[in-house]
Amino acid sequence: MQTKIAVIGDRGSVQGFKAVGFDVFEAEKDASIAELVNDLAKSEYGIIFVTEELIAVNMDVVEKYKDDMLPAIIPIPGRNGSLGIGMANIHKNVERAVGADIFNN
Amino acid sequence: MAVLQVNPTRMELSRLKKRLATSRRGHKLLKDKRDDLMKKFLELIRENMELRVQLEDRMAEVYEGFVIAGASMDDAVLQESLMLPQKQVFAEVKSRNVMSVNVPDFRFTDDGDPARDIYPYGFAFTSGELDASVDALSEVLPLMLQLAQAEKTIQLLAEEIEKTRRRVNALEYVQIPTLQDTIKSITMKLDENERGNLARLMKIKDMMIAQQREASGE
Repeated sequence: MQTKIAVIGDRGSVQGFKAVGFDVFEAEKDASIAELVNDLAKSEYGIIFVTEELIAVNMDVVEKYKDDMLPAIIPIPGRNGSLGIGMANIHKNVERAVGADIFNN
Repeated sequence: MAVLQVNPTRMELSRLKKRLATSRRGHKLLKDKRDDLMKKFLELIRENMELRVQLEDRMAEVYEGFVIAGASMDDAVLQESLMLPQKQVFAEVKSRNVMSVNVPDFRFTDDGDPARDIYPYGFAFTSGELDASVDALSEVLPLMLQLAQAEKTIQLLAEEIEKTRRRVNALEYVQIPTLQDTIKSITMKLDENERGNLARLMKIKDMMIAQQREASGE
C-alpha cells in the first residue's frame, strides 16, 4: 500500500521538508492539530512527523492513534532543538511493556 | 476462596476439569508468548533509542544549515525556492508479523525523475548554503523512515505485551485458582453425599438384620 508522508510544525522548522518531497502542514506553536491529524489519518497518510512543541500540546490525539498500525505519528525535534519528548515517549513504552522503566539511568 | 456458583454434580465436575486443563494450557502458551515478545521488545528498544539520538543530532545540524541559508538570502526568496518540490515522497507500507502482532514495514518511493537533481529551484537567486541544507535534509530522510518504523513497532509491541501480561495474570491468579477451588468443593460435596449414603445403607442393614432376628426369634 502506498501512503503519503506529512510533516506538521511551525514554519521555520518544517519549510525545508517541502523541498525534499514531504507534504508540509504549517501550524502555530501551540495550536490544536487534532482535526488536521484526524483528516490526514483518513486520507492515506502513513507517517505523520510532528514537531515536539506541537506534540506537547496535542498529546490526546497522539494517544488516539497509538495502538493502530497506521498512521505512525512520530515526534521530531523542532528548530529550537530537542525537548526530550520523543525520548520520553520511548521510555513510556518501556514502562508500559515491562512495568518499570528499566532504561532510566 | 472464590467458588463458582454451580451444581455439585459429576457432570459439572468433569466439565470444570476440562476447563481447568484448557486454562492451564492457555496460560502456558500465553506465558511463552509474553516472554518471547519481551525478548523482541528489548532488542528493538535499544535500536529505537539509538536511532532517535542519531536523528536528533542530525536534525539539529540540518536546522542550523537552514538558519545560515536563511541569513544569507531574503526570506521571501527562501520561501519561494522551497515552495514547489521536485518530487513527492511516498512511504510504501507492508505489514509484517512479529509474534502475531502486525507491524508496519516502511519503504521510500518517490515520483521524481532520477535524472534530475533534487533542488526545486534555480541557482541564480539562492545561496550555496541552501543547497547543502537540502542535501543534508534528504540524507536524513532514510533515518526518519527507519525511526518511524522502529517507533511504531515498539508502540504496537508494548500494547501487545501489556495485553498478554494481563491475560496471563488473569489466568494465573483468578481463573485457575477459582476452577481449582470449585473442583475441590464439588469433590468434597460428592464425597460427603457418598459417605451419607453409605451410613444410611449400613443403618438400614442393621435395621433389617434386627427385624429378621425378631421374626426368626418368635
